[in-house]
Amino acid sequence: MIAAISYSLLQEYWWAIISLLGALLVFLMFVQGGQSLLYTIGKTELQRTMLVNTLGRKWEFTFTTLVTFGGAFFASFPLFYATSFGGAYWVWIAILFSFIIQAVSYEYRTKPANFLGTKVYEAFLFTNGLLGTILIGIAVGTFFNGAQFSLNEYNQVTWQTGARGLEAALNVHNVSLGLAVFFLTRVLALLYFNNSIDDEEISVRTKKHLLINTIPFLIFFLFFVVVLLLKNGFGYNPDTMEVTLEKYKYLHNLIEMPAVLILFLLGTLLVLFGIFNDLFRNPGKGIWFSGIGTVLVVLSLFFIAGYNNTCYYPSAFDLQSSLNIRNSSSSEFTLTVMSWVSLLVPFVIAYIWYAWKSINNKKIDKDEMDSASHKY
Amino acid sequence: MFEAIDLSLVNWSRAQFALTAMYHWLFVPLTLGTTFIIAIMETIYVKTGKPEWKKMTKFWMTLFGINFAIGVATGLILEFEFGTNWSNYSWFVGDIFGAPLAIEGIMAFFMESTFIAVMFFGWNKVSKKFHLASSWLVAIGANLSALWILVANAWMQSPVGTTFNPETARNEMTSFWEVLFSPVAINKFLHTITSGFVLSAVFVIGVSAWFLLKKRHIVMARKSILVAAIFGIVSSLALIGTGDGSAKQVAKVQPMKLAAMEGLYNGYEGVDLIAVGAFKSTSEESNDAMKDFLFKIEIPNFLSFLAFGNWDAFVPGVNDLINGNPEKGIMSVHEKIDRGKIAIEKLTAYKEAKKNGDEVLSSSLVNELTSENFQEDYFRYLGYGHVNDTNFLIPNIPLVFYSFHVMVMLGFLFLLVFVLALWWVLRNKLDSKKWFLLIAIFTIPLAYLATELGWVVAEFGRQPWVIQDLMPTTTAVSQISAVSVQITFVLFAVIFTTLLIAEVGIMIKQIKIGPKDEGGTKS
Repeated sequence: MIAAISYSLLQEYWWAIISLLGALLVFLMFVQGGQSLLYTIGKTELQRTMLVNTLGRKWEFTFTTLVTFGGAFFASFPLFYATSFGGAYWVWIAILFSFIIQAVSYEYRTKPANFLGTKVYEAFLFTNGLLGTILIGIAVGTFFNGAQFSLNEYNQVTWQTGARGLEAALNVHNVSLGLAVFFLTRVLALLYFNNSIDDEEISVRTKKHLLINTIPFLIFFLFFVVVLLLKNGFGYNPDTMEVTLEKYKYLHNLIEMPAVLILFLLGTLLVLFGIFNDLFRNPGKGIWFSGIGTVLVVLSLFFIAGYNNTCYYPSAFDLQSSLNIRNSSSSEFTLTVMSWVSLLVPFVIAYIWYAWKSINNKKIDKDEMDSASHKY
Repeated sequence: MFEAIDLSLVNWSRAQFALTAMYHWLFVPLTLGTTFIIAIMETIYVKTGKPEWKKMTKFWMTLFGINFAIGVATGLILEFEFGTNWSNYSWFVGDIFGAPLAIEGIMAFFMESTFIAVMFFGWNKVSKKFHLASSWLVAIGANLSALWILVANAWMQSPVGTTFNPETARNEMTSFWEVLFSPVAINKFLHTITSGFVLSAVFVIGVSAWFLLKKRHIVMARKSILVAAIFGIVSSLALIGTGDGSAKQVAKVQPMKLAAMEGLYNGYEGVDLIAVGAFKSTSEESNDAMKDFLFKIEIPNFLSFLAFGNWDAFVPGVNDLINGNPEKGIMSVHEKIDRGKIAIEKLTAYKEAKKNGDEVLSSSLVNELTSENFQEDYFRYLGYGHVNDTNFLIPNIPLVFYSFHVMVMLGFLFLLVFVLALWWVLRNKLDSKKWFLLIAIFTIPLAYLATELGWVVAEFGRQPWVIQDLMPTTTAVSQISAVSVQITFVLFAVIFTTLLIAEVGIMIKQIKIGPKDEGGTKS
């Protein structure tokens, strides 16, 4: 079955897997968004403990998705891994630092003799929530705005700036995506709190901040999308592999791939409907609509970045060094092997869903925090 | 092809990776083994229904949780450091190395992270059997993740199932099964996880010994020692067996590493095994100064037997491997360097021809470069083409020698501790053996030392290769400034050390608190 698939289709299939993992990662970063809201929503120690515990039961999914996203990118498009990670050194190091301090903070926060004290671990969680989301957004922004690198005939990268990737933070379009991701993850976190915590005070505060965070999210998201659709894009000729700048490339990609356009519009509507639902209708269910919507929107953004003869990691320094799914992928043999392994994904999703449902069948409340045999 | 880069950058990049790997490996072995010990204890609880087994399970689970989080954090850094600090390497081998990493994520990490949530938070939310299954799945998931990363590491030690593609200037996988089931990978995986099991058993016995000395939680301590001692004995026997298998593979595919492990400079037939030994001089930097031993206790012909299953087999020494030994069919490194340089010259000529649009020449060269003979006779030695000084090909022999011998001696010490612990706990005499209980406690840091030394042998022993014979570390690094890596090295060192202090502090405090009675809170 898989052995009969052509090399180009395998490359497209793996870009779809990478896109899906990226989309799931953005959705699961509601954990990071929630971490940035600990002191905004939790006004007492008990309330913060409830917030940390509801997020803490999910942090490993986000972490694992990030690791798998990295591993899958390495395996399927190793030239991106070598180029971006080895080139944009400081951006990736900053992202990594924000995740190291997150991983231990849940487990160590309230443990006696934890060396740094509860407040420091909470500051770590906030830092991860702030930096992790914004920097990942900025890094993904370079998929559309390019980065300062060149490759030689042996595919070795030379980065052209001393800032080593930090220069991406000077691009307003990249920053708008970073901020849109930051506020989106906060919105998703607030919807998740509504869904998983049974506490009147938290519920009232959540509703208020849902509106407060939705407004900047919409402003930054709309700005990012409008600029994206009006800007020049990085296309390539599939026969000669020559890279050229094309006017309205990403707008054309949406029009030329109507299924992606539908995904994008449907996703946007679902995100908005989820927020509307929790603000004005039936609080608690919005996370499902907005969560699915987030996955669809991010998926469609990855699709217009990589499909339709588009360079997903353009070089703003040397157009011909730009990476696309054809020139940066693993060999046909490796993609075939991994495609067999990818058949496990539905099984993995099924057991995650089952396990998640089993331990989330009841909302977290104050009583559970008193009686839990293990809590963060 | 690859420009050799600033040595300072190479050394700092190696130091940063080693720092991350060694911190990571402080936490992972305990995860590998305690998950199984916890699952065994919970199985007994489910079978017998006795609450003390549940209490015991929860106690060790708490310690496991503290250790697990920091292992996850350091593991993330390791994965991404392949890209940030070793970008030439990432491209050169991404086609092979990336696949196990991706499979690790899909198959193992999700299993581990999903069921760990059930394990910690599902006690009152799922059935006993589902909870037990979750505990076993966490243990299986943790060890499966070890499988895939060790398959990747084994490929770097013995690059099989691959061919060099001149078009893309990288190695590409030709047989997944050869990569997965290479004898080096199988032995490495089994040897590494069983070393984790042994460390975990030492940990459980050591902590339980402290409870016995303090006369607290005596029943729990005795039962924990019983489980851990049996688990430790079985694991130790497997560790010895896989260690033997690993050494045989080293003899076959990395003879220089074996020579360094045994401090063997001149090979001969029927080589003795040095059981204990010390070099005469460690003050000189040159490896030549290390030829003489201050003292050594040898087992006659045993190295030949262990390495090749033949008491009279020839085992090559450092000098045989550098200068060659035609009588024994060993090629000199000078010959390998010449072949590596030819491979690089041909590849450069091919790239030039392509750049100049010379289709006839490029077509003829690509045919030659991709032929089986050229791959086997020249590309196989590609990495040697970057070597100018043959001393560069000799690892740090004293470091590898002492690390190997201390590791082996400690391994047998742990087996002795397990046997004595089991013997006395079964005879109800363990509580009175205060001296032994003290030894058991102080064995814990020795287990960490042994497991770290194992990696020192594996990784320093293969220097200068990041991929055996194909790529030296000097050509694998990212082209960043050494200062950048120095800064991140310091940052990582500070943060890892801070988190380690926190981890040890929390762990000691939780041990002092001891297991909680059911219904109590634990925060």
